[in-house]
Amino acid sequence: MSLDKNDVEKIAHLARLAIQEDDIPHYARDLNNILNLVEQMSAVDTSDILPMAHPLDAHQRLRPDEVTEVDQRELFQSIAPKTEAGVYLVPQVIE
Amino acid sequence: MHNKSLSELSTALHSGDISSVELTQHYLDRINKHNAELNAFITVTDARALEQAKAADKLFASKKAGALTGIPLAHKDIFCTQGIRTSCASKMLDKFIAPYNATVVEKIDASGMVTLGKTNMDEFAMGSSNETSFYGPVKNPWDTDRVPGGSSGGSASAIAARLAPIATGTDTGGSIRQPSSLCNLTGLKPTYGRVSRYGMIAFASSLDQAGPMATSAEDAAWLMNVMSGFDKRDSTSVDRDVPDYTASLNDSVEGMTIGLPKEYFGEGLDSKVAATVEAAIKTYESMGAKIKEISLPNTSLAIPTYYVVAPAECSSNLSRMDGVRFGHRAEDPKDLMDLYTRSRGEGFGDEVKRRIMIGAYALSAGYYDAYYLKAQQCRRLISNDFQEAFKEVDVIMGPTAPTPAFRFGEKVNDPVAMYLEDIYTINTNLAGIPSISIPAGFVDGLPVGLQIIGNYFDEGRLLNAGHQYQQQTDWHQRVPEAFK
Repeated sequence: MSLDKNDVEKIAHLARLAIQEDDIPHYARDLNNILNLVEQMSAVDTSDILPMAHPLDAHQRLRPDEVTEVDQRELFQSIAPKTEAGVYLVPQVIE
Repeated sequence: MHNKSLSELSTALHSGDISSVELTQHYLDRINKHNAELNAFITVTDARALEQAKAADKLFASKKAGALTGIPLAHKDIFCTQGIRTSCASKMLDKFIAPYNATVVEKIDASGMVTLGKTNMDEFAMGSSNETSFYGPVKNPWDTDRVPGGSSGGSASAIAARLAPIATGTDTGGSIRQPSSLCNLTGLKPTYGRVSRYGMIAFASSLDQAGPMATSAEDAAWLMNVMSGFDKRDSTSVDRDVPDYTASLNDSVEGMTIGLPKEYFGEGLDSKVAATVEAAIKTYESMGAKIKEISLPNTSLAIPTYYVVAPAECSSNLSRMDGVRFGHRAEDPKDLMDLYTRSRGEGFGDEVKRRIMIGAYALSAGYYDAYYLKAQQCRRLISNDFQEAFKEVDVIMGPTAPTPAFRFGEKVNDPVAMYLEDIYTINTNLAGIPSISIPAGFVDGLPVGLQIIGNYFDEGRLLNAGHQYQQQTDWHQRVPEAFK
């Protein structure tokens, strides 16, 4: 299988990436080359193999339900591109 | 002053032969002199470094200094450093001043070490040549027409040119070990979970691990003692005692069984690199180690598996770079979607975009089983190979990288050719086991690394094996002529 121009545009949209029209052919070529490399996985039978999500097969730790973080809104918002009255500003979404 | 081990520097500082301010200034002067040529540092924190050095000198005066107090180091620019730009070598984070410290930074600060600055790297640690950095490529001090390796290329170049005595790195598929190999350094990727990932900008969370890059195994052991340990702020951190990694350095390697995987010495390996690595293994034999040929049959699956797992995880991790809360934001967005897509389109470089797209595709509806699930199953096969091998051998040895340092532009336009650079390193990240690269000799004037792979939490044995080799050889003490 091979990705075409439409596939690349769809993937870029899913990834929320604006890409230039002129760049689509080289992305299509590179992505297809990478997928061909990845395709080598299909040569092995993995039907009875348990997927490995974590190298040590660890489980999520639990901790007491206590407040451990302090409010640092001002510090964190000091590096935001645009804020006002403690909220992050983006273009209007709801009319 | 810049060719001393950490132990020698520590002794000189404690005895008052030099002050931390003098030592720090010496390195800052070297950075000033050489960084324009090498591009190893993105940010030099000179004023802060001298303040830290003064504080260290007070600790010496009041006899409260520790072993590493006052010794300078450099951090890869992937670690959040409070109040200091943390760029991950991306336009996206060019103006990002981290609001907190990574745990690794916190621990190193607490040891009294002095931070010289933040080192260059491949953008978001994606690359094997340091050519994807927004701040331009880093040069290899052994031949400035060649790459230092990546992604921790700035840390590698800085240490190789003696602009820093030691540095931090991170390794997702070889990013500590491959640049160490290409720059004649000792670099350790610890067991997954050994070192906290908190505050280390995430690339592929199930593979990323921080470790030391140094001129010797002994120095790496000193820094590992500080970097390692449980951190409740990292959900995958392992709660397990940290041994003193310097305590086992002098153990004998007599009787140690070394496995040589036949898959690591086949097609694709430069014949001169092979000969260099084989000679290093002979040295171990002469020290009383036993050699056993082994097989890791699923080795060839590692790169295909990695290029599903790593992009999938990176596409998820990098979704936080949205132009809203921090990082680059496009001018005059017409709506929210335009804000997201243009901020990300402008902020990320080509290689990062490629990997995000591969990941988004692999995780998209209808493809999850064929790609991500399949890759997780292949990952198990790769890991099982190592566990089978460790029933018969103590460590596994082979090359770190298939070739010595290559020239700029040689592979950067062919992603797949670049990916093959990590063919011997990626599998240990997938398995989560530790591995070290140590200097093993030179091919046509360029350094070659020997890779030593151990089982889970066997960092002490790897550092010991590296140190014992470095007692027999002086490759690791060689410095490029222009930076002596």
